[in-house]
Amino acid sequence: MAIDREQLLHVAHLARLELRDDEIERLEGQVNDILAAVSKVSELDLSDVPPTSHPLEVVNVWEDDEPRPCLPVAEALANAPEREGDFFRVPPGGAA
Amino acid sequence: MIDTLRLTAEEAKRLLEAREISGAELFAAYRAAIDDRDEELHCYLHVCDDPGGDGLPIAVKDVIGTKGIPTTAGSKILEGYIPVYDSTVVARLRAHGLRVLGKTNTDEFAMGSSTENSAFGPSHNPWDPSRVPGGSGGGSAAAVSAGLAPWALGSDTGGSIKQPSALCGNVGLRPTYGTVSRYGIVAFASSLDQVGPVARTVRDCAYLYSIIAGRDPCDSTTVELPQPVDLPQAEDVRGLRIGVPKELNEAEGIEPGVAAAVEAAVQKLEELGAEVGECSLPLSVEYGMPCYYLIAPAEASSNLARYDGVRYGYRADAAERLEMYKRTRDEGFGDEPKRRIMVGTYALSAGYYEAYYGQAQKVRTVIKREHDALFETFDALVSPTSPTVAFPLGARTADPIAMYLSDLLTIPSCMAGLPGLSIPCGLSEGLPVGLQLVGPQFAENTLFRIGHALEQAIGFDTVPERLRS
Repeated sequence: MAIDREQLLHVAHLARLELRDDEIERLEGQVNDILAAVSKVSELDLSDVPPTSHPLEVVNVWEDDEPRPCLPVAEALANAPEREGDFFRVPPGGAA
Repeated sequence: MIDTLRLTAEEAKRLLEAREISGAELFAAYRAAIDDRDEELHCYLHVCDDPGGDGLPIAVKDVIGTKGIPTTAGSKILEGYIPVYDSTVVARLRAHGLRVLGKTNTDEFAMGSSTENSAFGPSHNPWDPSRVPGGSGGGSAAAVSAGLAPWALGSDTGGSIKQPSALCGNVGLRPTYGTVSRYGIVAFASSLDQVGPVARTVRDCAYLYSIIAGRDPCDSTTVELPQPVDLPQAEDVRGLRIGVPKELNEAEGIEPGVAAAVEAAVQKLEELGAEVGECSLPLSVEYGMPCYYLIAPAEASSNLARYDGVRYGYRADAAERLEMYKRTRDEGFGDEPKRRIMVGTYALSAGYYEAYYGQAQKVRTVIKREHDALFETFDALVSPTSPTVAFPLGARTADPIAMYLSDLLTIPSCMAGLPGLSIPCGLSEGLPVGLQLVGPQFAENTLFRIGHALEQAIGFDTVPERLRS
């Protein structure tokens, strides 16, 4: 399966990456090389094999629902690129 | 005079407890070594002042969050980020009195095998500075090897502790998945990421593992160790059965000098009393790489979605929000994270999920089953850690797939969640060769026992030849 320029730009949009022209050029070749290498997994017929999402058989881990102190607002905002009062500030939304 | 090149953590601890040296003297000795040698090696991205106290110093890979100490994960997108809380592993170090010497260099978001993907420039191998220290945890491995830290924490997704430990002549453990908390670690691929120790001896490695391992309520994938960590003492391996998987020992690309050093070590294991037998992992090695390079990028594309310029890290100027997200991520991420985000997003997108990510998860089951079957016969498996010794800087940067092959031999056991220990077993072309021991889940004590016995029998000098005086 190869990915063409249009699909590459669509994937970049899904991943919220604005690629420069020189990057698009380079990535198109590299992503296709990588996809060609990883497509090897499709050689195996694994229709009867269950998937492994996690190597340890741990299920339903619950904790007691007890309130604990959390980060003070000032600390939670300490690394914010921009803030306004107790909020993270971002530019206005444009077209999605 | 404290010789940081030769001092083990165990010996340093003894000297501190006997009050033969002070905590301040010890910390200062490492700081002096860093001042002396780190300009050439670039192991550290940030060096700390002595916080006081009498505990051992330790280096921490820069993907591990440290309260009040910058944590960049080797990425421009996190430049200037200062965590407001400690990762659980660092909290455990501090609870043991350990003092953070500094944050060590890493490939950006731990994605790479040479540290050449670090946004802040590569580290250099202390054995030959024209060569890479391996990666992604090359900074931690090079720092321990060059006496710039007695030991260090690393993180491992597909080989980032074991491979640099091999290339720098150290002991490195990738623990069983679930035994060490990832809370407060910069996440890469969550079904694979593990934190683990890098040290100069197997005993130091085991001791550091005992400090960081165990259940953490903040990471629900963690479990309590089924048995406590034993510091290894025995000098034999009588009664242990060790398998030599053909595919891991005869894979294309294994250098003759690497194969010879590992074969000689396997011979030693027999002399030490182990029962050694050949075995096979036919699908794990052949399909491990493609499986890993689907699962890790898929999970990375999801984990790295959080870097959006809103709550922390870099933000690019833009008039509108969507533009801000996209530009922030384009300017903040380097080439390798972008490649992986693109491959991962594609592999998870509608219409391709089953063929790529879903199929890779099934391959993962196959890999796990192949390993489980071998552990019915064997207590541990042995192979080279890396197919090659340290390679020259720049040798693999133009070809991502050539770089990916650096982890060919470490990836299969990572996919199965198994512990792996790398110890130095000799030299090839004057550079260290790493030997990998893999065991069943929670078999760290067995690996430490074999590793320690072999270490004593081989007598490898961990100090790089050019730094010996």
